[in-house]
Amino acid sequence: MIELKHLYKSFPDKSVLEDINTVFENGKTNLIIGQSGSGKTVLMKCLVGLLEPSQGEVLYDGRDFVHMSKRERTKLRREMGMIFQSAALFDSMSVLENVMFPLDMFSLDSYKERRRRAQFCLDRVNLLEAQDKYPGEISGGMQKRVAIARAISMNPQYLFCDEPNSGLDPKTSLVIDELIHGITKEFNTTTVINTHDMNSVMGIGEHILFICNGRNEWQGSKDDIMGSQNEQLNNFIFASDLFRKVKKAEMEEQRDARR
Amino acid sequence: MLIHSCLTSFGRYLQLMGRTFTRPERFRMFLRQYVKEMSQLGVDSIGIVLLISFFIGAVICIQIKLNIQSPWMPHWVSGYTTREIMLLEFSSSIMCLILSGKVGSNIATELGTMRVTQQIDALEIMGVNSANFLILPKIVGLVTMIPLLVIFSIVSGVAGAYATAYVGHIITATDLTAGMQHEFTQWFVWMGIIKSLFFAFIISSVSAFYGYNVEGGSIEVGKASTNAVVASSMLILFSDLFLTQLLS
Repeated sequence: MIELKHLYKSFPDKSVLEDINTVFENGKTNLIIGQSGSGKTVLMKCLVGLLEPSQGEVLYDGRDFVHMSKRERTKLRREMGMIFQSAALFDSMSVLENVMFPLDMFSLDSYKERRRRAQFCLDRVNLLEAQDKYPGEISGGMQKRVAIARAISMNPQYLFCDEPNSGLDPKTSLVIDELIHGITKEFNTTTVINTHDMNSVMGIGEHILFICNGRNEWQGSKDDIMGSQNEQLNNFIFASDLFRKVKKAEMEEQRDARR
Repeated sequence: MLIHSCLTSFGRYLQLMGRTFTRPERFRMFLRQYVKEMSQLGVDSIGIVLLISFFIGAVICIQIKLNIQSPWMPHWVSGYTTREIMLLEFSSSIMCLILSGKVGSNIATELGTMRVTQQIDALEIMGVNSANFLILPKIVGLVTMIPLLVIFSIVSGVAGAYATAYVGHIITATDLTAGMQHEFTQWFVWMGIIKSLFFAFIISSVSAFYGYNVEGGSIEVGKASTNAVVASSMLILFSDLFLTQLLS
């Protein structure tokens, strides 16, 4: 479980996050949504320690990440896995070497066991056949899947995904979403996804945090979204014609049911 | 303002070196990176070192023979001067200036690209000391390989000088050999190697500093690469001045 308490982040020229409070629970797919420039990425960076919050607490199962020592923080980071927007695979390493990398760094297992674990993770994302290829030789969707395999190789307790669907077609996005959701349930990880993909929100959003102008504007599940009266949220979620029609149909359905 | 900026950069450089010079988390991973860097930064530079040194050795010999040597001077002057230039300055300082262009830009671009594509962030999130993992093998790798490159440069420069005798027939091989053997001081070879160790450290650490701290995109990576070459070249020239006085 990750708890954010009164989290603020400001830069010399502007304030980006103001008083963010939320709880990301174990075994749930938690989504951070919001418009571009609303502070999602800054929040994600504060969560994983790439940026220091100006004020507030980030508690990992009660452990205060912001105020802990560098050594403790390094130790805690080994319980995290992260999937970057650009996949951030190491170009000079093959797919298998990329997935083996965290194991090579921190696992005391033999080479055979590390290799077997990496192959298991690649198999989990259906990429075992691409293990000898290099990141430059595989597609964007495959790179994201390798990034997922690398992120889960150390059995993380906390999984972070920064816009995992960006640049992918809807079908591949669905595969990635299902994969992340499946892994969350299978390994009971606390998964936090930063996205503005509405298909992901409606597909796997068990807990959604909507950020607007650096503030947590709304929180709830995907089922709560349809009935929400929050104007900012509705403007954001139903900006597309398709989702507006879906909401209209749903409301009509509810009205008919009431009659 | 300039002094403030220089001091800030120097402070950040020292902080980065502080993070770099720590015990590697996994020695086998460090060794793997170290061997890779020795190959990439050292072995891959042998070709350019041999080529440039060969031609410079030949050109120095021709210049001295045709423009400086006269009947009033001893017959060994051309060979002697060529050897001394190669040993004292070219194979250490000038070769390192050339290498700062090749190796320095390579290091800055590689680390800069890793920074902008979030590969360094990925390492940090895994709990890896990215400075130690990425920069230490580069510094140690180049410092290990540079004496070899200096020796190759000296040998190639002398071979270039002999080429002017055997192929160009500009000087006789006997005169050249006499000059090459005249009052040979072994310390000059050591001086070149010692200087090059300092220069190798400057090239690798300064370039790594510029690459590691890139912010932005491909344009900033290009700027960092240029700044790395300019800064390391200037530092090589300044330190050459002090080292030459100190070691002579």
